[in-house]
Amino acid sequence: MAVQRRSPAESVAMTGNEAVADAMRQINPDVVAAYPITPATEIVQIFSAYAADGRVDTEMVLAESEHSAMSATIGASAAGARAMTATSSQGLLLMHEMLYVASGARQPIVMPVVNRAVSAPLNIHCDHSDTMGSRDAGWIQIYSENAQEAYDNLIQAIRIAEHPNVQLPCMVMMDGFIISHGMENLFTLPDETVKEFIGERKPLYPLLDVDNPVTFGPVDFTDFYFEHKRQQFEAMLEAKKAILEVAAEFEKISGHRYGLFETYQLDDAEMAIVVMSSAAGTSRYVIDRLRRQGLKVGMLKPRVFRPFPAEELAEALKDIPVVAVMDRSDSFSGQGGPLFAEIRAALYEYDKRPIMVNYIYGLGGRDVRVESIESVYRDLDIIRRTGVVGPRVRHLDVRE
Amino acid sequence: MSVDSATSVQAQTETYDDVSDVIEIRWHGRAGQGAKTGALLVGEAASGAGRYIQAFPEYGPERMGAPVVAYNRISREPITLHCGIESPRYVVILDTTLAGQIDLTAGVPDGGALIVNASWTPAEAREKLGVTNPAVRVYTVDATAISLEHIGRPIPNTPMLGALNRVAGLLDIDSLLESVRKKLEQRFRNRPEVVEGNVQAVKVAYEEVQGE
Repeated sequence: MAVQRRSPAESVAMTGNEAVADAMRQINPDVVAAYPITPATEIVQIFSAYAADGRVDTEMVLAESEHSAMSATIGASAAGARAMTATSSQGLLLMHEMLYVASGARQPIVMPVVNRAVSAPLNIHCDHSDTMGSRDAGWIQIYSENAQEAYDNLIQAIRIAEHPNVQLPCMVMMDGFIISHGMENLFTLPDETVKEFIGERKPLYPLLDVDNPVTFGPVDFTDFYFEHKRQQFEAMLEAKKAILEVAAEFEKISGHRYGLFETYQLDDAEMAIVVMSSAAGTSRYVIDRLRRQGLKVGMLKPRVFRPFPAEELAEALKDIPVVAVMDRSDSFSGQGGPLFAEIRAALYEYDKRPIMVNYIYGLGGRDVRVESIESVYRDLDIIRRTGVVGPRVRHLDVRE
Repeated sequence: MSVDSATSVQAQTETYDDVSDVIEIRWHGRAGQGAKTGALLVGEAASGAGRYIQAFPEYGPERMGAPVVAYNRISREPITLHCGIESPRYVVILDTTLAGQIDLTAGVPDGGALIVNASWTPAEAREKLGVTNPAVRVYTVDATAISLEHIGRPIPNTPMLGALNRVAGLLDIDSLLESVRKKLEQRFRNRPEVVEGNVQAVKVAYEEVQGE
């Protein structure tokens, strides 16, 4: 996010969960169905207080599991309501079956997800294994670096998901505890501005429109199932355009500029890392420090992982001699994490492309220190100078 | 060696304007003593005073009495760091019985300071907590006694806010008191005596904190 400087005195101090709950208050959805899970619990806890106090018009459904929470959200959305839920980790995994129903039934549900590791072993801290596990479920995925981005992204997500050419569900991520429970300065928008920006939902085929009856989720065998999946493919391509359209409009009301990804000191970089979410913030600090020492280092921070902006990413990275892709999850292919695999694939068409290595990092909340990021750049510097790549997939700050 | 607090603290305090870097603070307490709330209150107060802030707890076992650690970053420039704090300039210790279980002085750089909730003198605190580095300053204030007197409960976090603010020279004391008042008014809408007691406790600890 590029931003015009404002005085922090104009900000409110909020945790990531509070920021997201506040955005939900301003969105004022018709239905929220949810089940609590650490570290996302507070989002719905705070929001349910808004509902109880009459500060929103939302009908709250306290479901008995995440599978049911997602099912109720899909039902409400199909009826024509603007419906939301929130979850994390095992909760997202329990929803997995219904995630495909939401996207296949083309329901523009928006769901904050607080990224957390998945069992076993049991761990409540941050990594991206949960949402990377649902990367093929047909949802738009937007990752946030900090509380401000989580707030901004959630508001934009309503417009992106409900865009007439898109009509797909969208999950908006922030890092568990690091962002969800960390207090930062947040610049919020006035309630009226958000209300005007998101407008009313205009459902295309609401179930409750009894004059124009429709069916959702029918049997769809060899005759038309494939055509429906083909349309989902097209909708994802449209989502890429819609995300940029909505970002341009959002900039006008907020002064915050968003794209498919953000670059930092990348133009003349000889070494770069690709890193999502909160670790990108720490990387900025490291880049400033190493630049002062004369090292030409830079960063690319993906914001949108689904749809995957392959051409744009490849164009941004193709001329950089050495690139490390940082994955906060492992797909256990033995070939590195999901971000690494897709970025490498995106560069396949190019004759000239970077030497690329992959770092699996921060699993289960392992702290990503300044020294951690610095060590990655030092490794890249050695690769750049010697041309010797060494192991393609590495594990950062782990006991061997 | 306890001396008059006003002069000794004043003499050794580095005011916020002297340092351009991010100020990092670590809070030690036991669950129930308000280490996390203390960090959040400092964050909110500093944000209100126009600073960029972070306040975050370290999550461990959630049971009364378990050791709790919380952190702050405060800066005039935007803070992008999202890693843990390893070398805090200031450490606030709500409970001295943690000494021996946890290294309370870990990572504190030369010129840093410990602000300790204890009835001891700073010199006694230095000895009992085993602060061997003479370049680390030690301050004490009896925050538990102050909270018992003014709030009626042994909740040392709000008085420690006052002591921290004095030693670290973070904010104008009036804006700190105002921020604490505002925050607590939201939480204790029907109990103005709790709000007043807390504000008074912050003020008293601000005045009574002692340096070596």
